[in-house]
Amino acid sequence: MRYLPLTDNDRRDMLGVIGATLPGVTSVDDLFRDVPKAARLEALVDLPRRKGELDVERHLSALAAKNVAADSVPFFVGGGAYRHHVPATVDHLIQRSEFLTSYTPYQPEITQGTLQYLFEFQTMVAQLTGMEVANASMYDGSTGCGEAVLMAHRVTKRRKAILSGTLHPQYREAVENLSGFAGDKVVSLPSALPGKTEDIISLIDDATSCVVVQCPSFFGELIDMRVIADAAHAKGALLIAVFTEVMSLGLITPPGEMGADIVVGEGQSLGNPLNFGGPYVGLFATRQKYVRQMPGRLCGETVDAAGKRGYVLTLSTREQHIRREKATSNICTNSGLCCLAFTIHLALLGEEGFRRLARINHAHAVQLAGLLGAVPGVEILNGSFFNEFTLRLPKPSAGVVDALVGKNVLGGIPVSRLIPGHADAENLLLVASTEINTDQDCETFAAALAEVL
Amino acid sequence: MSGMNRQGRPSSIETAVNDIEFSATHETFTGNRGLRLEEPLIYELDNPGACGVDLDEPDAFEPRLGGFERKGAIGLASLSEPDVMRHFVRLSRKNYSIDAGLYPLGSCTMKHNPRLNEKMARLPGFADVHPLQPQQTVEGAIELMAQLSHWLMELTGMQAVAMSPKAGAHGELCGMMAIRAALEARGEGASRTRVLVPESAHGTNPATAALIGYKVDEIPVKSNGRVDTEAFKAKLGPDVAAIMLTNPNTCGLFESDIIEIAAAVHEAGGYFYCDGANFNAIVGRVRPGDLGVDAMHINLHKTFSTPHGGGGPGAGPVVLSAALAPFAPRPYLVQTEEGARLIETAEASAADGTTPFGRMTAFHGQMGMYVRAFAYMLSHGSNGLRQVAEDAVLNANYVLASLRDELSAPFEGPCMHEALFDDRFLKGTGVETLDFAKAMIDEGYHPMTMYFPLVVHGAMLIEPTETESKQTLDQFIATLRDLARAAKANDISRFTGAPHYAPRHRLDETGAARNPVLRWQPTVPLKVAE
Amino acid sequence: MSDILYTDQHEWVQVDGDVATIGITDYAQEQLGDVVYVELPAIGKKLALGDEAAVVESVKAASEVYSPVSGTVVEVNDDLEGAPGSINEDAMGSGWFLKLELSDESELDNLMDEAAYKSFLASLG
Repeated sequence: MRYLPLTDNDRRDMLGVIGATLPGVTSVDDLFRDVPKAARLEALVDLPRRKGELDVERHLSALAAKNVAADSVPFFVGGGAYRHHVPATVDHLIQRSEFLTSYTPYQPEITQGTLQYLFEFQTMVAQLTGMEVANASMYDGSTGCGEAVLMAHRVTKRRKAILSGTLHPQYREAVENLSGFAGDKVVSLPSALPGKTEDIISLIDDATSCVVVQCPSFFGELIDMRVIADAAHAKGALLIAVFTEVMSLGLITPPGEMGADIVVGEGQSLGNPLNFGGPYVGLFATRQKYVRQMPGRLCGETVDAAGKRGYVLTLSTREQHIRREKATSNICTNSGLCCLAFTIHLALLGEEGFRRLARINHAHAVQLAGLLGAVPGVEILNGSFFNEFTLRLPKPSAGVVDALVGKNVLGGIPVSRLIPGHADAENLLLVASTEINTDQDCETFAAALAEVL
Repeated sequence: MSGMNRQGRPSSIETAVNDIEFSATHETFTGNRGLRLEEPLIYELDNPGACGVDLDEPDAFEPRLGGFERKGAIGLASLSEPDVMRHFVRLSRKNYSIDAGLYPLGSCTMKHNPRLNEKMARLPGFADVHPLQPQQTVEGAIELMAQLSHWLMELTGMQAVAMSPKAGAHGELCGMMAIRAALEARGEGASRTRVLVPESAHGTNPATAALIGYKVDEIPVKSNGRVDTEAFKAKLGPDVAAIMLTNPNTCGLFESDIIEIAAAVHEAGGYFYCDGANFNAIVGRVRPGDLGVDAMHINLHKTFSTPHGGGGPGAGPVVLSAALAPFAPRPYLVQTEEGARLIETAEASAADGTTPFGRMTAFHGQMGMYVRAFAYMLSHGSNGLRQVAEDAVLNANYVLASLRDELSAPFEGPCMHEALFDDRFLKGTGVETLDFAKAMIDEGYHPMTMYFPLVVHGAMLIEPTETESKQTLDQFIATLRDLARAAKANDISRFTGAPHYAPRHRLDETGAARNPVLRWQPTVPLKVAE
Repeated sequence: MSDILYTDQHEWVQVDGDVATIGITDYAQEQLGDVVYVELPAIGKKLALGDEAAVVESVKAASEVYSPVSGTVVEVNDDLEGAPGSINEDAMGSGWFLKLELSDESELDNLMDEAAYKSFLASLG
C-alpha cells in the first residue's frame, strides 16, 4: 500500500525485537492480545479493497460531476456563505507543507510561522470588527454564536439570552440547541421581515445576559444596533453582534462602533471556498476586559530567552486541557488553515483593496436589485442592504428556485427552506450578489425570473 | 573566502573550523542567519499605495446603506502580491511539519497527509458548491456523505452516524447530547445527572460533560494503566447518565475489561460514550459496536488523515448505536428511492417521524474534510485500513521495546498505537521531561506529547503512526537513547538551554500570560470616526 | 510569625481580632510556578468553610483556593491584578489574597500551627 512504508521484512525484524522484550509475542495478532476475543475481527470488514490513485480519482470525480458548481452558472446564493473570487496565491500558500501538515503550535520554538499568522489574524479581526481583541478563530459563525452566548452568561452571571428574529435561522437553532442543553434560557423573537421593526428592547430585563442581533440581518437589512446596545447596557446586559458576511465590514459601520460587547461572525468570504458548508472560519472578538472569559485559542506576543520577539499560545488556563470540567468551553481546536486563508486573502487586499471590493459587492447588489425590482410582480423588501436582499414574489419561492434551476440559474434561497411553515415567508426569496456576478449574469437572472413567474 | 580554495573546498580543516566558530557567534546585520530568516509582522511591512489585487472602482451608483457607511481607516497593511507571497513563505519556514519529519505527538496521530486528498477536495463539484443550493443540484455531494457514512458505520459496527460536528470535541458534545436526549425521551433526563470519567481522560471529556450540566465523577486508574473496573462499578447508580471512556486509552493501552464495563453501565441504565481519538489503533480489527459502545466520535483528521493545518479545521462525525440512532442532530441523511436526501428542519423531521434533538451548527458539516477522508478510505480499502492499525501498533511497540531499557516505561506491553514513558529515568539528572523534549528539537524532531496523561509522572507519549519507516524509527530510537545517556551523564547543557538551533529559544510564557498582548497596535493611533 | 495558622491545602490564615487574612503558602506558590492571574471574590461575599474563595492561575495550571474558615469578605488584595508575581516573591506577605470577617472562630482550632505544618510538609517528602 503506497502510504505504508513497512515491508514484510521490516515487520518480521521488528516483531523479533519486540518479542525479545515481551514474552509470547511472535505475531502482530499477539500485539492485540488485550482485545477481548469476542471483539477481534478475523475477517476484513465488508468494504471494497484498496484502490490506486487513478481509481480513487475516477470514483470521486464521478460524484463531483453530479453537482452544479457555482462557477458554471449565474449564481446568486448567499444566506451565510458567499462565493467570492479567491486569488491563486491563497490556495498555493495554504498548501505549503509547513502550514498544511503542522499541528497546533504547542511547541512555539518550531511553530512561529503558525503563531505569527494567528497574531496577524487576531489583529485583522479586531480591526474589521472595531473591537479590542479577537481569538484565533472558532469552527464557524454559528458555533461561535453559541459560544458567545455562553460567554455572556459567564460575564454577567445571568442565564437568559434574547435572540433577534432577524438572526440566521440556523444560527438561532444552533444557539437554542447549545443553550437548551446547558440549561440556559433563550427567548427567540419571531422572524422580523425587512421593513418591519421588532421590539427587542422591551424584552430586556434585569435577568437578561445578552441580546443577539445580526447586521446585515439574515434578510440583508442593516440594523441600527446602537439603540439596542444602549438599552442592553442600561440593564447590565451585553450586546452580541453577529454577521455572516465579513465583506460587509469593508463598507458598513463596524459593530464595535455600535456598542457591541462581543462580535461573532463567519469569515468564509475571505480566502475560503463554499465547500458545501464547511470547513469555514468563525470570527470572535470582544473587549479586552472580558478576555479571560473568552472561549477558544489565543495567541500572544512575548520574547524568547535571547530577548527576541516571538509568539505563544496564551491564557490557556481557560481551556479544557487544564481546566477540565471548569473550562470556558470544551473547544480544543480552531480553524487553523481556514484562518490562514483568511489572513492571506486580506493581506493581498489590504486597506484599499478590501474597501474597494466591498464597494464593488454593494454596487453589484444595487444593480441587481434594480433589475429584479423591475420584474413584474417582484417587490424588494429591504430599505437598506449590503450585498444581499429579500424579494417578495407573487408565488411560492421554492417552486420558483426549482424552475430557475431548469434555466441554469441558481437564483437564491427560498426563505421557506430555513423558515418553513410560515405563510409570510412562503413567497420570499433571499438573493446575494458579489463581485463574481457579471452584468450578463444579472440580466440572465432577471430575464429567467420574469419567465418563470 | 579565507580558508577556502577557488573550488569552494576548505584549504585546511583548521581554518575552516575557526570560520565555523566565528559564524556561530557573530551577529549579522539583518538578524538573519543564512536560510534562517527573521520576518516582521505584516503591519510592519505596510507600503501605503501598494495592493495585492487589481480591482476597478465601480461606476457611480446610489448606495443603499441607510446611513451606515464605515468611516475612518480600518488599519490594514497594504502590500503587493510578491511581498505577501514572500511574507507567508518566510513564516512557513519557521514551522515543523509532518512532511518534513517524524511528528511523534501522542494522541494526535500525525500521519502522512496524501496530496490526492487535497486534489479531490478542490474539485469544483465539491469545493464550489453552496450548502443551500437546491438539493437536486448537489446530489453528488449528498451521495458522498452517504457513502462516507456507510464506511464509518461498517468500520465501527454502529447503526447511524451524525455527520455535522465540526471537530472531535464538537462530536463529543453531539454524542453526549444524544445521550441526554435519549434519557429525556424515557423520562430520566432529570434524574440521571452524573457522568463517570476516568482520571486519565482527555480534558475535553469532563469539559464536554460539564458544558451540558452533568456532574463529573472521576474513576481511578489502576497501576496497569486501565480503568479500575471495581471502583467504576461501585460508582454506578440510578443517577448515572453515562461513562465516557477513551479506548484504546490515553496510556496507549486497550481497556481489556471494556465489554464488562459496557454491560455494567447498560445494566445500570446508562450509556457508553467512547472517545474515538485513538481509533487509528484498531480500525479494521475491532469494531466499537462489538464492544457495547453507544456513541463515539471519529476525528477524521487523525484516523483518516485530513491535514491538521496548524490547528484545524477538524471534523468529528459521531457514530451511534441502535439505542441512540433516533436521537441524532439535524441535518441528517435519509435514503429514498431517488437516493440520499438531507433532512434539514424540524418540520421535515416531524414529517418523517424521527426525533432529532436540534442543530449543532449551520449547514451540514465539514464537507471539505469528508472528501479528503473518503479519498483516504477509498485508497486504503478494507485491507489497507486493517494494515494501518497493524502497522501503527507494530511501530509503537517497536519504539517501546527499543527504548524501555534506556528510558522508563510505566506499564507492561504490548501497547497499542502509542508508547508511554515516564520520567523515572531522569531522576537525579537535573533534566526534566520538558528539557528532554526541547533537546529533541535540536536533534531535528518535534517533541512527543508531554505531561499527558496526567496519571503518569512526567509523561512522554510517543505515537509514531503507521506512515513511518523502520529506518526513520531506528534513527529516532538512536537519538532518544543518546539523549537519555547524555542526561544520565549529566551533560546538562544539551537540555537546559534547549533548543539552541530552532528559530526561537524558549519563550516567556509567564510574561505573555501576565501581560497579554493579543494584537499589533499602531504606534500612531488611527483616525477615529466622527 | 507564630500567630499564623495553616491548612493541609497549603493556605495560611493570620487572625487579627475577628478578621482573618488569607493567602497561599510559600510551598504552594513553588508548586504552582509563576502565577499569572488571580481571581478574587467580591467584597461582601459570604463564604462557608470549604467554599471556593479564589482561583490562582499559573501558565500551566489553575487551582481553586478554598476558604479555610467561614466569614464575610471585607477586603481583597487588588494589587495582585497588576502584580500577580508578588505571590511568588512574597506569598506570606504582599501576596495575600483576601480578608474575612470570621463568623465562627472555633473553626480556627482545626488549623495547624507552624510546627505542625512544617512536619506536614516533611511528610509529603
